[in-house]
Amino acid sequence: MSVQSKVDLSTYPNHGNKLKRKLNLSRMVPYLFIAPTTFIIIAFLFYPIGTVFYYSLQNYDLSAPYYNGFIGLENFAKIFTEDKLFIPSLVNTLKWVVSQVGLQLVFGIIVALLLNQKFKFRGFFRAAAFIPWAISGVLAAVMWSLMYNEHMGVINDLLMRVGIINESKAWLADTTTAFGAVIIAELWRGIPFFAITLLAALQSIPEELYEAAKVDGAGRWKSFLHITLPQLKNTIILTTLLRTIWEFNNVDLIFNLTGGGPAHDTTTLTMYIAEQAVHGSNFGYGSALTVISFGILLLFAMFYLKITRFEREEG
Amino acid sequence: MYNSQTKLDRLITFRLPLAIMIAFTMFPFYWTINTAFKYDGDIIKRPLEYIPSSPTIENFVIAWSNVGFSTYFKNSLLIGLCTVVIVIILSTLSGYALSRYKFKGKRAFLLMLLCTQFIPRSMLIIPLFIIFKNLGLISSPLSLIITYTAVELPFTTVLMNGFISNVPKQLEEAAMIDGCNRLQAIRYVIFPLLVPGIVATGVFTFIYTWNEFLLALMLTNQQHMFTLPVGLSYMMGEFNVNYGALAAGSVIALIPAIILFSFAQKHLVNGLGGAVKG
Repeated sequence: MSVQSKVDLSTYPNHGNKLKRKLNLSRMVPYLFIAPTTFIIIAFLFYPIGTVFYYSLQNYDLSAPYYNGFIGLENFAKIFTEDKLFIPSLVNTLKWVVSQVGLQLVFGIIVALLLNQKFKFRGFFRAAAFIPWAISGVLAAVMWSLMYNEHMGVINDLLMRVGIINESKAWLADTTTAFGAVIIAELWRGIPFFAITLLAALQSIPEELYEAAKVDGAGRWKSFLHITLPQLKNTIILTTLLRTIWEFNNVDLIFNLTGGGPAHDTTTLTMYIAEQAVHGSNFGYGSALTVISFGILLLFAMFYLKITRFEREEG
Repeated sequence: MYNSQTKLDRLITFRLPLAIMIAFTMFPFYWTINTAFKYDGDIIKRPLEYIPSSPTIENFVIAWSNVGFSTYFKNSLLIGLCTVVIVIILSTLSGYALSRYKFKGKRAFLLMLLCTQFIPRSMLIIPLFIIFKNLGLISSPLSLIITYTAVELPFTTVLMNGFISNVPKQLEEAAMIDGCNRLQAIRYVIFPLLVPGIVATGVFTFIYTWNEFLLALMLTNQQHMFTLPVGLSYMMGEFNVNYGALAAGSVIALIPAIILFSFAQKHLVNGLGGAVKG
């Protein structure tokens, strides 16, 4: 289009109209191409999100439709004053997100560094290390529940053989171990994401930097600290942000491994919302919870980007 | 560099951590497969059998025909394939528009795509349930195909834009001089060159639909319409869990994901890494 539109139409008096019509049509082409995508995204992503805000101000109870209607901020008032699960679920969310993202990042860097070395069958090892990334939360929950199981679980068996514990434990039903057990299972599935993205970033660090550092007498630890980490900084900032949002919303594994239990010990805010949506019937209340979680994420993203940009300018 | 390292040093800083990592990654797979091939009685027998003493495929037969995994499998496959086809067509078109045209509203379109990435998925379950209930599409594969398409399109559009930008513009201009119209040029010239990119996009989309749980749980309420994740979750929640069949069902659900993943692994490292790097 850009080439054609430079043609001066006035020099073609006879064909001007025909050409003009053709040009108008070709100007429409990109809009026709993006139209279906735009329609689907607006109708099934943006419109639903809009309605969440609307429903959050409603009493929208499927089991008692007679009382449905506008109730202002009543849902929010109830969440902040009466709801006994809301604050604990926020605390659990914080624990969940911080431990997941922190540990995934640390182990992700280690795995990426290992897989960036040159060794035999590297392709095979890389594929093997990344596979859990392609496994669904539900499948991971099934696989780990088979291992955590009190009666047939291999973890109990192994720990008893080594002599760390004396009798079988129900890891997922015990309030002291349930949270940690879920964390480990999700780590298994989460480390590959960091390993994949960090490995891609590692591969783009010029080898000369390390050679120069070696000439200057820097050891492995020093080159890691002064070359690798600074070079990975932008990738780390972005992946950590994406992952925080992702883990905040991630509920598949908790939902299936513990269902938020025991005694709501593993109920994160998103788990609470999912439970409300699936088992509860008051969509107005669930929508209000959703709006709050959206607000938290938005604040976090803005705060995070500001902090990291701030650091970039300083350093 | 390599020569100066002693063997012990390489063992501690490389071989040992690598072995631990692979063991940690592989063990759950091993244990699931091990459980899937055991008879019911052998699964709870003490001491635990680390290799089935009398391997059986009974669990697979039960999972496939009695528990309903053949249905779940078919549903997941149907929804996944339909979503992949629609996503590829639509994101090729919109990616093409982004890569080849300058037009008013392009920045707004890109901004819209970016905004979708900050929408929490859990935020969608209630409103989408209400929308599809009003449309009468609850428990219809259509509701999941539409939803998955909407969720995946923003990312795949950006991916396809990147892939198309790598194809030289001159190729289709030549085709159009030779008498193709633009759609024909896309169909016969651009499309074949895009195959690697399309495969990566398709695999990415398929794995997402194959694994998605919360939306599928919310939008299906009849067992014959369950997808694999919902079916597995349903089976886990039952009072008397048949662990052998559960493990076998997991293996059935694992296989396509693993095959596709190993097939497209290299593309994913480059594509995903590149996408995150910006």
